[in-house]
Amino acid sequence: MLRMNNVSSGYGATTILHDVSLEVKKGEVVTIVGGNGAGKTTTLRTLSGLIDTSAGSITFKDEDITHLPAHQVVNRGITLIPEARQLFPEMTVLENIQMGAYRPAAKSRYEQRLEEVLALFPRVKERLHQQAESLSGGEQQMVAIARGMMACPELLIFDEPSLGLAPIVVSQVFDVVKKIAESGTTVLIVEQNVQQTLKVADRAYVIENGRIVMDGQAQELMGNDHIRKAYLGI
Amino acid sequence: MELIFSLIVNGLMLGSLYAMVSVGLTLIFGITKVINFAHGEFMMIGMMLTYIITTYLGIHPYLTLVFIVPLLFVLGILVQKYLIEPLRNSDEHVQIFATVGLSIAMINLVLMIAGSDNFNTPSSGMRHTLDLGLATVLTGQVVIMLCSIFMVGGLHLFLTRTQMGRAIRATAQNRNAAQLMGINVSRINMVTFGIGIACVGIAAVLLSPLYPVNAQTGQSFVLIAFVIVVMGGLGSITGAFFAALIIGLVDSFTGFYLGSSLKGVAVFGIFLMILIFRPSGLFGKARKLAHVS
Ligand SMILES: Nc1ncnc2c1ncn2[C@@H]1O[C@H](COP(=O)(O)OP(=O)(O)OP(=O)(O)O)[C@@H](O)[C@H]1O
Ligand SMILES: [Mg+2]
Repeated sequence: MLRMNNVSSGYGATTILHDVSLEVKKGEVVTIVGGNGAGKTTTLRTLSGLIDTSAGSITFKDEDITHLPAHQVVNRGITLIPEARQLFPEMTVLENIQMGAYRPAAKSRYEQRLEEVLALFPRVKERLHQQAESLSGGEQQMVAIARGMMACPELLIFDEPSLGLAPIVVSQVFDVVKKIAESGTTVLIVEQNVQQTLKVADRAYVIENGRIVMDGQAQELMGNDHIRKAYLGI
Repeated sequence: MELIFSLIVNGLMLGSLYAMVSVGLTLIFGITKVINFAHGEFMMIGMMLTYIITTYLGIHPYLTLVFIVPLLFVLGILVQKYLIEPLRNSDEHVQIFATVGLSIAMINLVLMIAGSDNFNTPSSGMRHTLDLGLATVLTGQVVIMLCSIFMVGGLHLFLTRTQMGRAIRATAQNRNAAQLMGINVSRINMVTFGIGIACVGIAAVLLSPLYPVNAQTGQSFVLIAFVIVVMGGLGSITGAFFAALIIGLVDSFTGFYLGSSLKGVAVFGIFLMILIFRPSGLFGKARKLAHVS
């Protein structure tokens, strides 16, 4: 479904990603594992068109999306739920969620989708008319996920959805990710919480210094010595 | 008592005129973060065009709205697209120089074509006085007052109730996230710039039957408009509206009691006090600049 072929990209003159290739197949949950500053967020921003690809190509459903700007990538059916939530702080929760359904394909399904999404997030439903900035961190993360889901994407990308959340909330987030995957949406997820993520994921890529150094079935990687030492702390 | 009442009424009339001029400026700043130093020149151009069209077609000045508002809307879009947008990734000082440059270019263009003469648009009945009992006002002033209320209310509804308006606010609050929703941010910035300039176009047309225009007219209004935008909380439309009314009142009262030469001292004295004591504006809590309401 999604392919990155030998992609390089970066910020201004500095190249961060070198020759990154990865694939996400329809219906899979794929994770990218890597330390701080390894280039995970940069990979996701490149995919979603927030930063441009300087070499290589990206295809989605066999169509080239390499140089599409971010808003057009969304229209193709790829939605990124960015790092650190990035809500519209001075809009209400409901307005944030409405913005999620901005792309034409999502607008027509708005009512039905809203019901489905709110069923997943009862706490969000109670706070629809509150300013987004007045919510707790956990609630904001739920709104960010709900907003991303409203786009009815075929590929939903998460960047560290559990960052800074209490353990109970973290497991709620993972439950939601699982439910989204079970409902048939393809998922690409980046997480610090490697152990829990590998349990949810089908396959994983390991990125270090902007290069993919390893990939495989999530199960296998959990048994890999390097992974266990570097990312699972075992 | 009658005097006070009349000063208040005249202050409010002047204030609503200032509001009309400032609303577009604060909208553009609040959403695109560009300080448009050429704002006054767009008004001057609007007034010049009103003069030309009314004189040559012999129509009522207000009818020129039909030409001038769309024209300035498109002009705003072009400026955003070909001047501001290409500079988006450069230093913000560069953008400031660009709009200052644009302002100077527009003034000189008009000086070249029309010289520094004053042009008087026919007043077409808009200078008739209306007796409100305790105060007298001009018909044109009443029109400006009503239109400024409609303009501010209309923009507010547009920004909060329509899909496009929400996309505009979203862009102001988080540009990256807006793109991730599928919003074409450059298009939003163009439309916003267009709307802001169209607003000052409305002000220009309504003002024309009451004031003469020359190449420098924009300059005299834009300074006050900047004071109002800052007082109103940089980017807040309702904030700018009330700030404009206050400045209008200050103008009216100091003009009467201290004389017109000291008006400017009072207005800018207040401006400095606000910058020192309430830099986020009179009405703002310490809000982020993105706030638009
Ligand atoms: N806006 C930026 N401008 C310049 N360099 C950046 C920018 N954002 C990130 N970088 C650099 O790119 C490299 C990769 O950063 P990235 O955010 O992709 O890491 P990450 O794997 O997501 O890390 P983390 O786990 O901390 O989120 C880092 O060295 C970082 O300093
Ligand atoms: Mg990151």
